[in-house]
Amino acid sequence: MRVFMLGWEFPPFISGGLGTACYGLTRAMDQLGIEVIFVLPKIVESQYATHVKLLTPGSRNAGASFNFSDLKNVKFHTINSALQPYTTAETYQRRIEETLRRKYEERGGDIRAASQLVVSKDYSCDMYTEVHRYAALAAELADNEQFDIIHAHDWMTYPAGIAVSAISGKPLIVHVHSTEFDRSGEHVNQTIYDIEREGMHRADRVIAVSHFTRNVIINRYGVSPDKVEVVYNGVERSGGWAADDMGINKDEQIVLFLGRITMQKGPEYFLQAAKKVLQVMSNVKFVMAGSGDLMHRAVEMAAELGIGQKVLFTGFLRGEDVQKIYKMADLYVMPSVSEPFGIAPLEALDNDVPVIISKQSGVSEVLVHALKVDFWDVNEIANKIVAVLKYPPLQTTLRSHGNFEVRKLRWKDAAAKCAKIYEGLLVPV
Amino acid sequence: MPSVCFYFQVHQPMRLRHYTVFDRDNEYFDDHKNGSICRKVAHKCYLPANRLLLEIIRRFGGKFKISYSVTGVLLEQLERYAPEVMSTFDALAETGCVEFLAETYYHSLSFLYSREEFIEQINKQVEAINYFFRQKPRIFRNTELIYNNDLAALIESMNCFDAIISEGADHILGYRSPNFVYQPKGCNRLKLLLKNYSLSDDIAFRFSNRTWPQWPLTADKFARWVSNVNGNGNVVNLFMDYETFGEHQWEDTGIFDFMRHLPEEILKHPDNNFKTPSEVVQSYPSIGTVDVPHIISWADTERDLSAWLGNAMQSNAIHELYRIEKKIKMTHNDKIIGDWRRLQASDHFYYMCTKYFADGDVHKYFNPYDSPYDSYINFMNVLDHLQSRCSEPTMGDALDSTPEPGSTECFAGAASQDE
Repeated sequence: MRVFMLGWEFPPFISGGLGTACYGLTRAMDQLGIEVIFVLPKIVESQYATHVKLLTPGSRNAGASFNFSDLKNVKFHTINSALQPYTTAETYQRRIEETLRRKYEERGGDIRAASQLVVSKDYSCDMYTEVHRYAALAAELADNEQFDIIHAHDWMTYPAGIAVSAISGKPLIVHVHSTEFDRSGEHVNQTIYDIEREGMHRADRVIAVSHFTRNVIINRYGVSPDKVEVVYNGVERSGGWAADDMGINKDEQIVLFLGRITMQKGPEYFLQAAKKVLQVMSNVKFVMAGSGDLMHRAVEMAAELGIGQKVLFTGFLRGEDVQKIYKMADLYVMPSVSEPFGIAPLEALDNDVPVIISKQSGVSEVLVHALKVDFWDVNEIANKIVAVLKYPPLQTTLRSHGNFEVRKLRWKDAAAKCAKIYEGLLVPV
Repeated sequence: MPSVCFYFQVHQPMRLRHYTVFDRDNEYFDDHKNGSICRKVAHKCYLPANRLLLEIIRRFGGKFKISYSVTGVLLEQLERYAPEVMSTFDALAETGCVEFLAETYYHSLSFLYSREEFIEQINKQVEAINYFFRQKPRIFRNTELIYNNDLAALIESMNCFDAIISEGADHILGYRSPNFVYQPKGCNRLKLLLKNYSLSDDIAFRFSNRTWPQWPLTADKFARWVSNVNGNGNVVNLFMDYETFGEHQWEDTGIFDFMRHLPEEILKHPDNNFKTPSEVVQSYPSIGTVDVPHIISWADTERDLSAWLGNAMQSNAIHELYRIEKKIKMTHNDKIIGDWRRLQASDHFYYMCTKYFADGDVHKYFNPYDSPYDSYINFMNVLDHLQSRCSEPTMGDALDSTPEPGSTECFAGAASQDE
């Protein structure tokens, strides 16, 4: 079986859970012997381009291909595109302009002319057009490939999935890692909603990362329930055995928020809970690791609450730094307002950090040995933070059971479940 | 000629309200929830079961006998929330066919942590039974049938009990049968009654289980099994939670009809009869000693303490609770001491059990918490606050507090025994 998979990001170019999920799933499929053609957008100027052997594409029409040495059944294709997950139309616009400026400066010229020069050439100036341009390029690419099924991850790739499916006549699966309602609450971007809706309706099967998300798909997108299946994410065990040479000699306990600092992740609830915790105990620090459009607001808010000296902002962390921060943390808190799944708590548990998670999350469906709260219940979040910091037996029990529980959530099972869904679609009529 | 000896455990804890680290008041218990659970169980179980058993006793004119252990904490709640249940228990006591047993008033695990507290709670329970039902219990059962040789020795030393009840666990009996009266190792007078867990659980757990090959269990079938003991046993001890009737086994399973017909089916065999635990003790001699050096209980398949003390949270919570015993008692404040004692109910620790949590099952019965972790956090917040009250000046409270009960006959007997 060969899968034409449309993703957005892949390690090390990740900015969130989607890249982690794509990697975990693809790797597990590889081990099951499923062949995967992985297509993803790639911005040419990416500062990480040198870290990995990516072939720079010669022309914008052809995808570059490369291989990860440990993934023998996976072939990668990149399509030049500025599409990145978790962006808004505005930030997209800004990034494009930046790219243009840089490009032009390299050549020596004035900026105003640059935008006219490049826009039409390499990138579309608005994200929606780009999504459709990407679809066209993907379809072109697909024309030269043999595959049995199309698997598209999240909305930016849905139009591409639809196009490839239309050309090849192969069944389409869309995999919903998050919806517009998760990202934007009730202030839904209509264009994105429409793209999501069309993708889900045109797909032969919809995979949701949790029942939480499945309900959204059924209720808010009007998709027939018998078409929507749940495949939980897994966790890539890093072992959590990172060298113990950190030499952290801390007399303060650390409560960690790790994730994008956006409305969806509930940073304000974290800060309000922190304020309450600090009313009853003082030897604790709150670390917010991540970046996002509410980052500045969060810094301000910490100051307004008068807890600025107790809240540290690290910015976006990756790789080893993530391991380090877990190593230092006594507790991980995920107060998400709406979290389709939430891989980070699993990683925290894998690193022996107990977790408090929002009940409004998919991961709370699979985790038993976690403390669960309503994201808005700041009092209860604080109550639970204090309890974990104050009572070592609680930490011990959560940690030991949680770490064990995480071992049962494997990408292998997720991949096997996807494979089963593929097979269901490939049965000859 | 097996005698059938029924003993029903009747207990509901006082559940805690949601109490956060930010709460500062002294109201720990959820009156609303306790009241509604108490009334619900009263209507589904206590009232219909009491009425049924009363009717059977009257029908058989003294040939049908049963026994109860009703905890003090439940008696308090029944008086308050469901007084009609108290009057049916009273009517049962009046028949002379019903025996009330002794246990710890607060359904506590105090035997494991404080002998002094343990004896005080037994005395309080004995007083309560005497007050409500005009009986002096002669048989002792410990919380969750927790038992070992030391417990038997302590109970014998109290000089007011004839027998003690425990679980007929395979690993203490070996090839021997629970259908005889035994003597605890190291005791001279005290006898030991052991639960026939197989026949008890047929009613308590398997009755409505449709995958059980013996389903449906009918009264005549069960009576046949009891009669099979004829010739190789004196007594069949059927010990179970009273909530088996109407709660664990809902009414529509036919559990009440089963019970309605069981006495006549059992009495059809001329050699069979019903006896209360005290009558069993008087009728049959001990046929040997049972040695139980390690603690047993009636819980789960392990028959040990792991349901209450199996994880770090449980053991931490209970150690903290008993660690402050002196401090609590030094306040001489009835309210503080009362709250501390209500926290001793084994249920609080049962809610913290992580053993079967992932499978999500048996431990769920009337469990007010979503998870064992929530239960531990809540308990520790309350305990923390209770402790802080000990250091407050409480002149007003101290003045109207009375000395703890402890000068009953029973306790005096125990004291003289110690000398």
